Amino acid sequence: MKLITAVVKPFKLDDVKDALKAAGIAGMTVTEVRGFGRQGGHTETYRGAEYQIDFVPKVSIDLVVDDANVDTVVDTILTAAATGKIGDGKVWVTDVDRLVRIRTGEEGADAV
Amino acid sequence: MRNKRALRIISGLGGAAAIVAIVPSIAHAQEVSETQAILDNIWVFIAGCLVFFMQAGFALVEAGLTRAKNVVNIFAKNLSDALIGVLAFFACGYAFAFGSGGGKLIGSGPYFLNGEDLTTFPGMDDPTALHLTVATTFFFQVVFAATAVTIASGAMAERTKFSAYLIFSAIMTAFIYPVVVHWTWGGGLIKQMNIGDAVYSDFAGSGIVHMTGGIAALMGAAFLGPRIGKYGPDGKPRAIPGHNIPFAILGVFILWLGWFGFNPGSELFADAFVMTVALNTMLAAAAAGVVTTIVIWAKAGKPDLAMIGNGVLAGLVAITAPCGAVTPMMSVVIGAIAGVLVVYSVFFFDKVHIDDPVGAVSVHGVCGAWGVLSVGLFAKYDDAFLGREDAGLFYGGGIDQLAMQLVMVLVIAAWVAATTAAAFFILKKTIGLRVTAEEEMQGLDILEHGLAGYAPDMAHT
Repeated sequence: MKLITAVVKPFKLDDVKDALKAAGIAGMTVTEVRGFGRQGGHTETYRGAEYQIDFVPKVSIDLVVDDANVDTVVDTILTAAATGKIGDGKVWVTDVDRLVRIRTGEEGADAV
Repeated sequence: MRNKRALRIISGLGGAAAIVAIVPSIAHAQEVSETQAILDNIWVFIAGCLVFFMQAGFALVEAGLTRAKNVVNIFAKNLSDALIGVLAFFACGYAFAFGSGGGKLIGSGPYFLNGEDLTTFPGMDDPTALHLTVATTFFFQVVFAATAVTIASGAMAERTKFSAYLIFSAIMTAFIYPVVVHWTWGGGLIKQMNIGDAVYSDFAGSGIVHMTGGIAALMGAAFLGPRIGKYGPDGKPRAIPGHNIPFAILGVFILWLGWFGFNPGSELFADAFVMTVALNTMLAAAAAGVVTTIVIWAKAGKPDLAMIGNGVLAGLVAITAPCGAVTPMMSVVIGAIAGVLVVYSVFFFDKVHIDDPVGAVSVHGVCGAWGVLSVGLFAKYDDAFLGREDAGLFYGGGIDQLAMQLVMVLVIAAWVAATTAAAFFILKKTIGLRVTAEEEMQGLDILEHGLAGYAPDMAHT
């Protein structure tokens, strides 16, 4: 099993979710996050004084998938989240040692 | 043309009786109908209710333009200053303001409204006299007192010790503000001044209420010093954006609505001029908001909504003094000028390290002074204070009225600056005016009040 984490533009969340559901993914966890990469921040003014927004709002998506599905899921996210402009985000894949469904106690692939 | 009201001095029972005793030969024994007196009282009561609801507007503007970690403290201050204000004004503020016993510097009269006849309509044989009962007058005046004190709250936001603010609220509503009222609406010092034919005019309190609050706000912000992080190491001002702009703008709308009690209610009669005053108030607010939008858009590149909210309020504060004396077109001009003033004033105070999170000093102090002065420029009609038509400089009244208005601004500003500075100085040296740096960084809500404004939804189900 792998944990796939994708940090995407907030307005792309719906597209990514719909694409993943269409690809047969049954669940995910979403977190509102802030951060910066190459896009950097930008300067705003408030009541005449400037302030720097270094941490841009993004949405982080977490989902655990069976090894066989990793490439499909990553490709689906890449397609659905892309705008081609700077700040589209990143996707990364991490190993998962153990997965348990709380209600039934099922483990591993059964719990995905 | 305006129905001239001979005397606009609100007095306690003794004063009212004295006036009636002096003027019967002037009155043409024209009786006032009881219906008219009831209408006057009911209208002023409703206006007072609108003014009271401005407390909610002040709370929302202040809470919206500051950070989430202080939101409980801000609502606590705005509630408590109303609570304390009502009791302090009842105990002695009303007597200091309107009591007939004192001299020209301070009134003295029944304290705690003790022994006052609350229900009799005075001046029923004189259509030009006020017909408000003592209860109506107290109700309308006490909500103004609560307004004057709450203005300072915004400028002192996010760093003031709660206990120190409570004591300041009591001093303000028991003594500092009532003295200003006594000097003006109460018939004292400023009321007795004149420059040629010019006597002071401040219809609903640009100077008496708003500038008084604005100067207190300036002193509070100055004695406190800026919030941690407001100025960078190079001394340049940094923005600390408010956490809830919808709060702030809802607050602006509530204040704007409340102003239709503040200004038209100050007519103190249910008559045809109420709507003129309301119209002027509406126009000035709109003009100021539009002009502020243009100015801030040009200066900062964006139509900054927080600043536009300040602009609307600036127009309302400015029209508060001249609303009974000027034409609708001049109300637009007065509002428009306030809309420019407020932007440059906010920039100025930011630069000189007066950290005013909501712009109270600029909105109420600067535009309050502008409102008082504008009477000297634009007054065309007799608002029952001026006692003459065409008093303004631009209507051939000469410089006298402007000079008189300036004297009034200087006298009130000097009094309020001196007394609030003394109060803040003593508070700073005794119980302390400011919270600790640790408390300021963590937010006042948890450490001052033990309560989070936006608690996580983790209660047991």
